[in-house]
Amino acid sequence: MNFGFTEEQEMLRAEVRKFLDSKAPLEEVRKIMESEEGYSPKLWDEMAQLGWLGLLVPEEFGGVGLTWVDLTVLLEETGRSLYPSPLLACTLAVIALCENGTAEQQQRWLPGLADGSRILSVALQEADDRLSPDGTQTTGRREGEKLILRGEKHFVPFATAAHHFVVSFRNSEQPDDVSLAVIDRNADGVEVADTRSIDTTKRFGVLTLSDVAVPEDCVLGESTPASWPAIARLFDHAAAAVTAEAVGAAEGGHALIVEYAKQRMQFGSLIGRYQGVKHPLAEMYVDIESIKSLLYYAAWCLDESPEEAPLYVSMAKAYASDAFTRIGIDGIELHGALGYTWEYDAQLYLKRSKWVKSAYGGSDHHYDRVADLGGF
Amino acid sequence: MDFNLTEEQQAFRDEVRRFLDENLPPEEERDEMFQLKWGKLVREKRWVGFSWPKEVGGGGGDIMEQAILKEEMANRRAPPLGTCIMGLAWVGPAIIQYGTQDQKGRFIEDILDAKYQWCTGYSEPDIGSDLASLQCKGVREGDHFVVNGQKTWTSLAQWAKWMILLVRTKANTEKKHDGITCLLVEMDSPGITVAPIQNMSKQPFFAEVFFDDVKVPVANLLGKEGQGWQITIGALANERSGISEVTGLLRELDLLKELARNSQLGGRPALEDARVRRRIAEYETRVAAMRFNGLRYLTKQIRGEPLGSETSVNKLHTAHIEKYTAEFALELQGSYGAIAPGRNHPIDHGRWQKEALGWCTAVIGGGTPNIQKNIIAERILGLPHD
Ligand SMILES: Cc1cc2nc3c(=O)[nH]c(=O)nc-3n(C[C@H](O)[C@H](O)[C@H](O)COP(=O)(O)OP(=O)(O)OC[C@H]3O[C@@H](n4cnc5c(N)ncnc54)[C@H](O)[C@@H]3O)c2cc1C
Repeated sequence: MNFGFTEEQEMLRAEVRKFLDSKAPLEEVRKIMESEEGYSPKLWDEMAQLGWLGLLVPEEFGGVGLTWVDLTVLLEETGRSLYPSPLLACTLAVIALCENGTAEQQQRWLPGLADGSRILSVALQEADDRLSPDGTQTTGRREGEKLILRGEKHFVPFATAAHHFVVSFRNSEQPDDVSLAVIDRNADGVEVADTRSIDTTKRFGVLTLSDVAVPEDCVLGESTPASWPAIARLFDHAAAAVTAEAVGAAEGGHALIVEYAKQRMQFGSLIGRYQGVKHPLAEMYVDIESIKSLLYYAAWCLDESPEEAPLYVSMAKAYASDAFTRIGIDGIELHGALGYTWEYDAQLYLKRSKWVKSAYGGSDHHYDRVADLGGF
Repeated sequence: MDFNLTEEQQAFRDEVRRFLDENLPPEEERDEMFQLKWGKLVREKRWVGFSWPKEVGGGGGDIMEQAILKEEMANRRAPPLGTCIMGLAWVGPAIIQYGTQDQKGRFIEDILDAKYQWCTGYSEPDIGSDLASLQCKGVREGDHFVVNGQKTWTSLAQWAKWMILLVRTKANTEKKHDGITCLLVEMDSPGITVAPIQNMSKQPFFAEVFFDDVKVPVANLLGKEGQGWQITIGALANERSGISEVTGLLRELDLLKELARNSQLGGRPALEDARVRRRIAEYETRVAAMRFNGLRYLTKQIRGEPLGSETSVNKLHTAHIEKYTAEFALELQGSYGAIAPGRNHPIDHGRWQKEALGWCTAVIGGGTPNIQKNIIAERILGLPHD
């Protein structure tokens, strides 16, 4: 039994942190988040060269073939830095391809993901925002050798930056009869619009598909296409990834308030001496520790014990959604008026918590799942 | 990360399971005869004081095997391994670490064999959370300490044969912690008076203890004069990763689900109600977090890193669950929730009412939630002392 990271994983963490601290401190993050693209193509390239975009991509396709636990380390650090990039989108595309693609399809898309030249996003949610099979109403109609997709996808991460999308669609009325296809951003009938997110470090958008013709060899798995369980697994990976970034961001936000409590004097004393300040900070520590423990176990399950993964992913995401929400809010309040300013960074963490709260299921959704999976 | 057990650990787990299959009858068949037999059996296996050194009579086991043992035992609701409650929890570990050969010889085997109970004399009428300010006085006179003062909230005082006692042997030290000394005191020493206190359920589980010129031989000084604080902190930190509590809490939640299944809400079983389901799911998540926190801390210990104040994290979770699950159970019972516990209570003999009136041991004893938050804020986050 060993519930800790390896030396290599700790090294990866240290390297990522060093990279982001020097290249993407919060002043830089602010510039990036206000830019047109919403991410820095230059830093994206550098991350690709360091191998971080191909962490999960098998070596034969140009990646380093590591595990979800390794990726969790990377995501915690990008979360801590509130680093704006399409990493989440691309990660989910990698999982979709690795789990469902044919060897030829993997060869077609994975190398570009690993070397950073291609950005793939995943389009799984729709206007009614349901994470169940009936949440996919986009239709896939066969016309000869072609598949015709029609529908509207919402909350598509970094939609405006993507070259391709992994899209979920419905083959028939059978509830689970949904599959995945990769479509080209430039195909006829594809329209992409940015939805303004509260958290401008996190972009998402709407993808409209008006009778988009997709060649059969772009349906993941081709003759043995994916069905609902594959999409459910994607949602689990998505929730785990969001939680990993949430832990890092929560820790970053927490550190900011703790530092402030050690500097700000009122009534002749540091405010960190008052229990109205120090106790919420201690509670946040308890929550962050607990999310970590749930998350790391969930991450391990995604690698090694897939049957257990849905339960523990949901526990981690549910806990994180509520706890980070509190941390975001208290983080502003404990800074006083300073926290309300644009210039001070506390607001960035608050906004990130708003994104985390609902991304790939809020706490109600995930606690419901804990109840269902726990058999009660 | 690796949650698999090594071959030896698996073999050990299997040995424990086999032992339980062979020796543990269903709960309703466990009478007094069984309890006696069980005590002897686990003692022979050296599972009492499992991680204590072999030289003093312990099992010499490592902490991972200890965790396995405790989890297996708790899963089957086995009786405790040894019944000398405080002796096993902190008196024994303190004597093993700080005691003389003579003290180890006199006390450790007795603790393992549960010859008698120990009690703990820390709190005083004016001294609770701020334990280091304690006033009960010990004065060295030749080969004795003479103790005068009062302790209170002393659990088991009226039944215990020995007490681990903290006294002030030096007044006005620069740091108040430095004047504290730890003594092992026989409860029938002349000058000791025990006055039981009833808790809110009218049970006399703790007591006031008065000391009037009580002579304690120097041979019963634990560690050195002035070392009492260090010994106490070390002893209290012992045994706190919190993993063994988790199995018990999970069982509580099973019972809570059972109750929700059998309770009606709007004409349906309460367990079908979304709010009820989410509440219970939240408790389960919290307990899972405790379990994984415990495993992370255990990993730290195995890697040889000392456990610091992290254990306050799980203590706070325990306090939350203890306080609110019973309360939730009463809510599920509607008006029946207000009926006093006892044989005649129509639901589970009032076990939830008993708990709703009994969580104080876990929440207040050993440091209140506020104190745990202070510990985290000051020792881990480095915020100023209040
Ligand atoms: C069931 C039970 C069994 C016990 N058994 C024993 C025993 O065997 N031996 C023994 O020595 N003691 C025992 N105790 C006593 C226990 O250790 C004390 O009750 C505990 O340490 C709190 O002390 P107190 O009761 O004096 O409360 P106080 O310290 O007076 O605290 C009162 C309230 O003030 C809060 N408070 C105090 N200081 C601070 C602070 N700095 N910041 C914020 N809030 C603060 C506390 O959180 C609490 O809510 C037992 C208690 C219980 C309930």
